[in-house]
Amino acid sequence: MNRSGILVVLYFVIYLLVQVMLFKQLVLFNTAFCFVYVAFILLLPIETNSMALMVVAFVLGISVDVFYDSLGLHAMSLVLVAYVRNFWLKLITPQGGYDAGQGPTLTVNGVQWFVVYSLPLVFIHHGTLFFAEAGGFGIFWYTMLKVMTSLMFTMTVILFLQYFSIRRRR
Amino acid sequence: MLRLLNFLFHYRAFLTFLSLEIFCAWLWVGNSQYQNTIFFNTSNRMVAEAVGTTHRISEYVSLRKTNEELSEENAQLRTLLLQLNRVEASSLPGVDSLVRYEFVSARVINNSVARFKNFITIDRGEDAGIRPGMAVISTAGAVGKVKSVSAHFSVITSLLNIDEQVSSVISRTGNFATTQWDGTDPRTAQLLYVPRHVKLLAGDTIVTSGYNAVFPEGILIGTVKEARLNKEALFYEVRVELAQDFSSLYYVRIVRSELKSELDSLERVTIGKQP
Repeated sequence: MNRSGILVVLYFVIYLLVQVMLFKQLVLFNTAFCFVYVAFILLLPIETNSMALMVVAFVLGISVDVFYDSLGLHAMSLVLVAYVRNFWLKLITPQGGYDAGQGPTLTVNGVQWFVVYSLPLVFIHHGTLFFAEAGGFGIFWYTMLKVMTSLMFTMTVILFLQYFSIRRRR
Repeated sequence: MLRLLNFLFHYRAFLTFLSLEIFCAWLWVGNSQYQNTIFFNTSNRMVAEAVGTTHRISEYVSLRKTNEELSEENAQLRTLLLQLNRVEASSLPGVDSLVRYEFVSARVINNSVARFKNFITIDRGEDAGIRPGMAVISTAGAVGKVKSVSAHFSVITSLLNIDEQVSSVISRTGNFATTQWDGTDPRTAQLLYVPRHVKLLAGDTIVTSGYNAVFPEGILIGTVKEARLNKEALFYEVRVELAQDFSSLYYVRIVRSELKSELDSLERVTIGKQP
């Protein structure tokens, strides 16, 4: 296995552990959750094959599910994100295209592009997750409140981590 | 044949996506509906130990409160013991129902209140005689039902789970109803199917009915916080303040009903209820 492969496995383990050890305990106002592990799928290299992406998303989702006692729920949402991701990347290609071998990160493409890229995908993930958990649209507004507050929480943490990684690189 | 293969190859990403999603949905629906003994949840030993470690940290923060609750329970038990010494055991009301049940106490190692389907993990399992379907109570009141069991750990479906219904009775009037959580506030649940003619008051206590042989009869669920009767509605809209504060739940007791299998098999013969 080459160096980047090992890094991917390492990141996988780190994201999983941080999610189930730290962010699982952190729920703000009883409605805002942080599902930071979505960033792992968002930040994989741009050329990643969508089949591989979905398989990785499935494995990560199931692993999170085991800790959340919700077998299938997180996996379902994350596989959807993995499937949509490459289409969305193609759609919002900046002028001049992406640099080869780079991840779709804040450092490379700027904060504005990164928010446009990640916000809808995180929204899809949270929307699928909470509505599937609620078993439909029966408690629509309360579920929507959960989706929106969690979206803000997750996005804040993802952006913070991105800035943090820029700092360290310099 | 070649065209079929071509078709499959062309849409391979979409087909992978579809099959993964269907598999996930099947897992999710199956997992949340049936009681089972499966490996892929927090009753798994490795997962339970990891989860328990993080829980221990938060438990340490609330040691004071846990201590208070335990000493309160201690006091209650002491008074009960005094009463028992005074009165002859056979003349005590409810002794008959006590014999039907045995209690196993356990420590909570994982708990949540903010999700729609909350589960609790405890540190006792099959070796302590716990089986899926058993009732779980605390000093304050009803807690939930055992969902799946491994050798040393079990997962409990909390009362704070939108799928969980508990057969209840309004202790003052004796009317039957169903308690179900609506997914929002972890301190209150809803009481369903209370008919119009019942004179329901705020402060009425709601206890388990013992109709389904899971919970023993008369376990406290909560008190009526607010009861509304809309014009032309068939039933009341009732909010029940839960007796147990689920955000500070540290010790529970599992109720082993000695007669559950007997009751179930009897019902199957007479009513034809499927297992």
